[in-house]
Amino acid sequence: MSDSLRVESLTKDFAGLRAVDGVSLGVEQGEILGLIGPNGSGKTTTINLITGLLNITSGRVMVGDQDITGWAPHRIARSGLARTFQVVRLFEEFTVRENVEVAAIAATGANRSVAREQANRALVQMNIAHLAETQASVLPQGEERIVEIARALATNPRFLLLDEPGAGLNDAEIEQFLPMLHRIREETGCGILIVDHDMRLIMNLCDRLHVLNYGQTIAEGTPDEVRSDPDVIEAYLGAEVAA
Amino acid sequence: MITDLAQYLVSALSLGGLYALMALGLVIVYGILRLINFAYGELVMVAGYGMLIIGRSPWPWIFVAILSILCAVIAALVMERVAFRPVRNSSPTTMLITSFAVSTLLQNLALLIISPRPKVPRLPAVFTKNLRFGGVRIDVLDLSGLIVSIVALLALTLFLRKTVIGLALRAAADDFTMTRLMGVRANMVIAAAFAISGLMAGIVALFWIGNTRSTTPTIGLEPVLIAFIASVVGGMSSLKGAVVGGYVLGFLTIGLQTWLPRDVNAYRDAVLFGIVILVLLVRPEGIVRPVWSREAR
Repeated sequence: MSDSLRVESLTKDFAGLRAVDGVSLGVEQGEILGLIGPNGSGKTTTINLITGLLNITSGRVMVGDQDITGWAPHRIARSGLARTFQVVRLFEEFTVRENVEVAAIAATGANRSVAREQANRALVQMNIAHLAETQASVLPQGEERIVEIARALATNPRFLLLDEPGAGLNDAEIEQFLPMLHRIREETGCGILIVDHDMRLIMNLCDRLHVLNYGQTIAEGTPDEVRSDPDVIEAYLGAEVAA
Repeated sequence: MITDLAQYLVSALSLGGLYALMALGLVIVYGILRLINFAYGELVMVAGYGMLIIGRSPWPWIFVAILSILCAVIAALVMERVAFRPVRNSSPTTMLITSFAVSTLLQNLALLIISPRPKVPRLPAVFTKNLRFGGVRIDVLDLSGLIVSIVALLALTLFLRKTVIGLALRAAADDFTMTRLMGVRANMVIAAAFAISGLMAGIVALFWIGNTRSTTPTIGLEPVLIAFIASVVGGMSSLKGAVVGGYVLGFLTIGLQTWLPRDVNAYRDAVLFGIVILVLLVRPEGIVRPVWSREAR
């Protein structure tokens, strides 16, 4: 059965500032949706709202036909949503495998031997099986990113939310991401919501794009449609030229 | 000389081990909640009165000991549920003040219900005996403290490394928000941390009271202070630090007691804390440095 992650009229107020303003979007399983927009347009806030890290002011979040609005973060994680962060947050004292293992245990309630298998599978999936025994604190940033994605994958997610996975990586490292993310989609069938500023990655990766500006949706569609949308050019690309 | 050294080693390892357990009980909660639970000492008191009351039964002492430790564990869980959970999302200051309130409350309860005077619980007769190995005389209390503390440390290490809850605890101590986001239940992890804290306090109580030979409402004061100092010296940010700090403090205390000239010995604690201050001057973050200061990022 194919589910969708749907966000309906999502709104978030921070002390008078409306950071996210009535955003509605949906990701099907097996689909890659890019959430883009200039800095401060509400992309990360949207992910934080979906995953329960922030309280929603109004609106709904649905996974399949289950309403997960207002759920505690750990319950949302267990409902099949996994995420990564802009700033990588690995458990530094743990080995790479333990990092991935703890995620599998946390989200699926697996015992250690099952979790270990899940972890090993995720490490193989991300081509980092050779790093299993390395302590997380000594990894270079590019590998940290990949471990973080492996950690998300080990929870058997139905939806993967990636918050700027390309941040701080060089072109070669980003280049590796593209086939990797395509493969994750094919092998796990999960839906991916990705936020990133690297337009080459976004345009080549995503099936559809959703563009935010000042917390509001200004465009949706295929990469080609969005690329030629005058509002997007003005708000997003225009802002980038100005900056 | 050799006999002196052997006696010193046994005493220091015993005291250091108990200090390490105490510090661990404090740090395991601190690591997750950023709360220094000053009511931790009262867990020692609860176990002490447990020994007093349960000790009146005809049961063998070992059962009394186990049940007393259980009292401390239950008291720790109740403390978490009743006092700390409601203020968990408040500022660290609120939690700290709550811990003082719990501490005062429990001390006064003991004053009212039991007695302000020291009470002598049943202790095994063997605690006052000593063993002779050649010329070396070793107190049974010291030797059992040494063995029990090392077994407890090893058991805790295994628990933290091998079990699911252990892994969750270590993860939560590193990054609690992240751990919750991955699906770990906050209440479960925190309750587990408090239970371990109670377990440590209970084990320590057996030997602490085995040494003082009596229980008072304020018996927890000194253990919590030592636990706090040991964990600061060792490094608040890791369990490793707590263990190192505990042993360092134990070795220093016994060392000063053994080798300080007789007329200076009254100032043992002053000298001890002077050394502690020196250590902190050189290593403000404690002997075991946290990961974030080991790396330049």
